[in-house]
Amino acid sequence: MAAKTKYELKLGLATREAFGKALVELGRQNKDVVVCDADLSKSTYTAGFAKEFPERFIECGIAEMNMVGIGSGLASGGKIPFVSSFSCFVINKGFEQLRVTAAFPNVNLKVVGTHSGISIGEDGPSQMSIEDLGLACSLPGFTVLCPADEVSMTALIHASAAHFGPVFVRAGRAKAADIYSPGQEFTIGKGIQLVEGSDVTLIATGLLVAEAIRAAETLDGEGISARVVDLHTIKPLDRDIIARAAAETGAIVVCEEHLLDAGLGVRVAQVVSETKPCVMEFVGIRNTYAESASPDELLDKYGLRAKDVAEAARKALARK
Amino acid sequence: MTKTSNVEELRAICRQIRRDIITMITAAKSGHPGGSLSAVEIVTTLFFDVMKHDPANPKWVDRDRFILSKGHACPVLYSAFAELGYTPKDQLNTLRKLGSIYQGHPDVRFIPALEASTGSLGQGLSLGIGMALAAKLNGSPSRTFVVLGDGEVQEGQIWEAAMLAPFHKVDNLVCIVDYNKIQLDGFVRDILDISPLAEKWRAFGWHAIELDGHDIPALQSAFAEAAEVKGKPTVLIANTIKGKGVSFMENNPKFHGVAPTEKEMALALQEIG
Repeated sequence: MAAKTKYELKLGLATREAFGKALVELGRQNKDVVVCDADLSKSTYTAGFAKEFPERFIECGIAEMNMVGIGSGLASGGKIPFVSSFSCFVINKGFEQLRVTAAFPNVNLKVVGTHSGISIGEDGPSQMSIEDLGLACSLPGFTVLCPADEVSMTALIHASAAHFGPVFVRAGRAKAADIYSPGQEFTIGKGIQLVEGSDVTLIATGLLVAEAIRAAETLDGEGISARVVDLHTIKPLDRDIIARAAAETGAIVVCEEHLLDAGLGVRVAQVVSETKPCVMEFVGIRNTYAESASPDELLDKYGLRAKDVAEAARKALARK
Repeated sequence: MTKTSNVEELRAICRQIRRDIITMITAAKSGHPGGSLSAVEIVTTLFFDVMKHDPANPKWVDRDRFILSKGHACPVLYSAFAELGYTPKDQLNTLRKLGSIYQGHPDVRFIPALEASTGSLGQGLSLGIGMALAAKLNGSPSRTFVVLGDGEVQEGQIWEAAMLAPFHKVDNLVCIVDYNKIQLDGFVRDILDISPLAEKWRAFGWHAIELDGHDIPALQSAFAEAAEVKGKPTVLIANTIKGKGVSFMENNPKFHGVAPTEKEMALALQEIG
């Protein structure tokens, strides 16, 4: 029987909606904040900003390459531009522009990709961004963020604006479980330990943080003490919290709604191998594109649930 | 060198810039002489006459912005920068060498006075739109100038940008197409013809001016005209000659991306005078 943690995990806002709300607040505080969108403002939730600050909203039409370039130009002109679209479009179509006009000259551009992962659901794999974290991390100088809920998204959008340099923020379409209470502090590059544990550490990001907490509750009922860590910053990684988890629990499961070939897991494994090598397992998407279905059906089918995280933890413990 | 509107003085500067281009590319043993030489009058007229900028204060917020989207022609820009005092003239011949600020393509990490790192074609116009929009939002009189190559307009992103700028009335932006008719693999008309060019830009909503891109008074009056056009951006279709000023390089596709030999350099410098 699953023990209870202090987390209720009630469904709250989707992180894309939290992003839209935070953007309006940011726009009120800072007149240098400018937003660009590529005909998806009702879906990315930049429409709220567009309504309140029409003069600071640039509709770029369905032209992501141009949008990213304009964003970089606005940044060079002293603005704090947030360019937004579905993650798969802005990161894939705009990648060359992110590389040459944002990363390479270290421009103060903020990129927010919504509808990431497979939890976009019915729209299917052409719209599913399952490689965005890997692509964003491959850009030198980029900060890469993947907030799990409304409170963390709000805080990290404000932190992005305050940070000088290119930032990629990953947001989701599906409603996300509330994890944090308002007032929780977030620092770019600092992970947060959510559940204390000594047998195994579940390191998760984005939508998988709530699944990891549920998995820890299940494991606790089996007498397994699982630590849960939210790595909301994929780059730069919090090396200390990873090394500590490796040293103190001796087993790590990394959980992400992303291709395992190029996401958080391989990055954490690099830090573990450089610090305190330990047994590791990985929960994520394995070398495939998904399909159309409801988000819940997809998370079940592609093995991104609490039960999959718990199973990976048992496997890790058996190898310890 | 100081700024001037005097055509003879500008022509003298052009000769100096052509000498610098030939000398630095020869020293580097690689680079792009043809497309650097075709843009000499465009760059000289802008930097030495039209644009408001201050080498003593390169980050002056209200300065005009210049983006060399055809980044491979950077020797023309490096020479102008050096002649203006933005960068050291005695280092021009370190072009493309380890540790040089004169990188193979413009790189703001090495020369902060550059407005953009370019070299991957097709991206400068979007950046220029962003800078021009930022100037408008900032209430700044700053204007933005973007030089494109002719082969470069084959890039799809150029037309995304071309569609957006008139729609958003970005009238503090001037685009100059260095239409020298030659790209790496040969003549543009044989690789992927882009004509009729002015008609394409007009159809996208631009104020288009066709001119001889080596005619300094024509460039001066076109830039003055562009400054008066409101509600839409201006494009100059500058008909130029690849390799202009060196007879054996003119209209010769070979000199798109091949450095002159020492012997060719001597001949070229003699011709330029």
